Amino acid sequence: MFGTWKADRRLARLRAVQIDEENLEAYALGCGLLGGGGGGETRTAVLMAREAIREHGPIEVAGLGDLADDDFLMPCGLLGAPTVSLEKVPARDEGDRLVAAVQELTGRAVAALMCVEIGGSNGLFPLIWAVRRGLPVVDADGAGRAFPQLLQMSMHVTGVPVAPVVLTDERHNVVTLGGEITTHWAERLCRSTAVAFGGRACAAMFTMDAKQARRAAVTGSVSHALSLGELLVRHRTDPFGALSEKPGVVVLARGKIADVVRVTQGGFARGSAIVHGTGDDRGRMIRVEFQNENLVAIEDGQVVATTPTVICLLDDTTAEAVATEELQFGQRVAVVLLPCDDVWHSPEGLEVAGPRAFGYDIDVTRPAGVR
Amino acid sequence: MSRGPGVRVGVDVGGTNTDAVVLAADLTLLAKAKVPTTENVLDGVRDALAAAMGAAEVGPADVHHVMVSTTHATNALIRRRGLRRVAVLRIGAPATLGISVLSAWPQDVRDAVVAASEIVRGGAEVSGVPIVPLDVAAIERFARSAAGEADAFSVTGVFSPVTSEDEVIAREIIRSVAGDVPVSMSHEVGTIGLADRESASALNAALTAVTQEVVDGVAEALRTLKIAARLYVAQNDGTLMAADWAVRCPVLTIGSGPASSMRGAAYLSSLADAVVVDIGGTSTDIGVLTGGMPRSSASAIEIGGVRANFRMPDLLSLGLGGGSVVRMGPGGVVAGPDSVGGALTRSALVFGGDVPTLSDMAVARGRLTLGDPALAAAVDERLHAVLDTVDARLAESIERIQRSSVNCPVVVVGGAGGLMTEVPPGCSELIRPAHHDVANAVGAAVAMISREVDEVVPAGMDGREERLERLYQRARERTIAAGADPAGVEIAAVHETPLAYLLDPAVRIRVKAVGPLPGKAIS
Repeated sequence: MFGTWKADRRLARLRAVQIDEENLEAYALGCGLLGGGGGGETRTAVLMAREAIREHGPIEVAGLGDLADDDFLMPCGLLGAPTVSLEKVPARDEGDRLVAAVQELTGRAVAALMCVEIGGSNGLFPLIWAVRRGLPVVDADGAGRAFPQLLQMSMHVTGVPVAPVVLTDERHNVVTLGGEITTHWAERLCRSTAVAFGGRACAAMFTMDAKQARRAAVTGSVSHALSLGELLVRHRTDPFGALSEKPGVVVLARGKIADVVRVTQGGFARGSAIVHGTGDDRGRMIRVEFQNENLVAIEDGQVVATTPTVICLLDDTTAEAVATEELQFGQRVAVVLLPCDDVWHSPEGLEVAGPRAFGYDIDVTRPAGVR
Repeated sequence: MSRGPGVRVGVDVGGTNTDAVVLAADLTLLAKAKVPTTENVLDGVRDALAAAMGAAEVGPADVHHVMVSTTHATNALIRRRGLRRVAVLRIGAPATLGISVLSAWPQDVRDAVVAASEIVRGGAEVSGVPIVPLDVAAIERFARSAAGEADAFSVTGVFSPVTSEDEVIAREIIRSVAGDVPVSMSHEVGTIGLADRESASALNAALTAVTQEVVDGVAEALRTLKIAARLYVAQNDGTLMAADWAVRCPVLTIGSGPASSMRGAAYLSSLADAVVVDIGGTSTDIGVLTGGMPRSSASAIEIGGVRANFRMPDLLSLGLGGGSVVRMGPGGVVAGPDSVGGALTRSALVFGGDVPTLSDMAVARGRLTLGDPALAAAVDERLHAVLDTVDARLAESIERIQRSSVNCPVVVVGGAGGLMTEVPPGCSELIRPAHHDVANAVGAAVAMISREVDEVVPAGMDGREERLERLYQRARERTIAAGADPAGVEIAAVHETPLAYLLDPAVRIRVKAVGPLPGKAIS
């Protein structure tokens, strides 16, 4: 765990973090950054969160240290294609059904919800469900960024059982996986269920006690996303100057997208974007390889950074994250690298989230500044 | 003497001036005219047309096509004036209940526009199959209760860009209950993204009165001048739509001003790839031409406080123009963003006024010939230096909007185009073509007809050809419906974007068809 997160965590305990109408946009901005090009756009979720906050008050964020050892946590989020949620916007009661089903399956009362991943829209949906249910959300998540599969959750890496898994849709259908099941198998069943539900499912999995979560989850994620977003809001006129001063963050280059190539290969959207430097970075050329997220950054034939480091393409004016699906020829962007949680640099972490796990035959690389 | 037949007339109804250009059938420019824009549209358009046609020596019978470019919809939105009261229907329950109808609209726009709103059961999955059966009874109830309150309807169904069936059924029900009211269907104006498309569709319904007024005004001017030509309206991708389509889809005219100027710049300079700088009285728009068309923006836009996802040209706008006021600021001399606008010929120094403007400095430095140069030469020389600042700001914006490091030419157009004379760094040359001051009207006059489709389809290779062909066909049909000659319609652009995180891969495809004007027109 690197320094800034520890500081954020101390701060979180001091001031009892809340997400309210005031800081919601900043928080979403931070979630977008941590998505590293994936995780889905946050705008729809922000609209939903704003309405939920207006009806139920601010979203309470509890530090893992503030919970009792045996407080029961429900990690949750949306599974499937973010584009589907952009159009088939979720209803209001999905979270209630997930909680009810998990409680029925386990016989235990859910004390708090948790984001399966903080990156992109999944940094927001669990908060919406929590406030509608009258529960807090914990200041932690299962990735510290966005990843495409259940295997790439810190809970899987640290050995928390995936079951019971609950999936639901807007028509009140509920699918449960409550028996003996591996994460691999659950991943396949979940993915198929999401497709059958119309491309998206609302899901809960990796339920655990707070004591377990202190070891298995990435802690401080919500306050980290908030502090990143607030940094950008505070420095509207020079967001990249502010980011580059943050320890562990590297603003690699600023420029414009000179080419985007996309292919659909084996069921996954793959592609690469070429960024030509402008201004001080004129003459530089950086290639970013992406699947659902940005995964590899290459400059002059040299690999500069790989997954699990968070590789972001941000709008060059607003510093808002640009999703891999939205990348377009001529867009003005900055390439920014953010550190990931240390769990991903462990041998078990690299096995599921390193470049080879995504089919790139290269070693994991992170620049000296990113840690 | 007759110059016809097949003459085209382009009209740009701007905030300050109404420009008219007369083009022969082979698209050579015969004459141009500039008159002040009038409150009622009709008079200004009539005077500009009469002046330009008189100078070109063409008679009413020679004019076959009239193209209008207008900023009225944009202005109505910004000023919240002339907007219709809209009943806003969403088809999407039980999904979509997480956000209320027009959730992101500022309260004042909502108060001005929304007469009633409701979410009924229905909508489609990404695959096109129904999520739940459409609740026709609820639509009928809504139409009945809103009919008295609203003078237009907006209908938005989940995944209507994939299948528009629910929206079409809803419109039929509304028309059967509420009579012949304008019904905006979201799939006609917006793209994927329910909240933004709902917003675009409601705005569209609200603006139908505004474009109707402009189209009626121009039609009346044509009648007065005994011109029996087909009428077209410029849309914001640099192409045209038939006037009745513009009345149906007014949001597509938002941003058409800069788009027409860019098309005009392409035509007047004979360049297909260039950066275009359009300098008006108050502001400057900088855009990029690719293949002779304006490059469109990648992101949703916000206008008058409302965010929506109809397409727009990719532009950088600066508060700099011929009428920009020049003064000493704390950090040196500055120009704008305030401008004397249409009062240039009364307020500027070279016309004997007392406001130092950017035009005065350009005259003093010999860039422009305007008014009495002696009056500008008398100004404090330190103020002249503002032109260096302006050159630097333009150069910086041009570098930001260019798509690659390749040196490309810059085409300067607009009423105050003479301000810019220096070739910016990173550009090959600076071209200010003849008639650059009426580029907007020229752009409208030379444009073709176009429509788009935007759908999500399965990405597998099986049946891919048939799926693409079906989309091409739909784009062609829409383009013909918008006024194009069926014989000449072509597919101009296809964009495919695979969707992330789907096991069963799907791809979003945008297809654009373009066609020439019917009859004697030359493409």
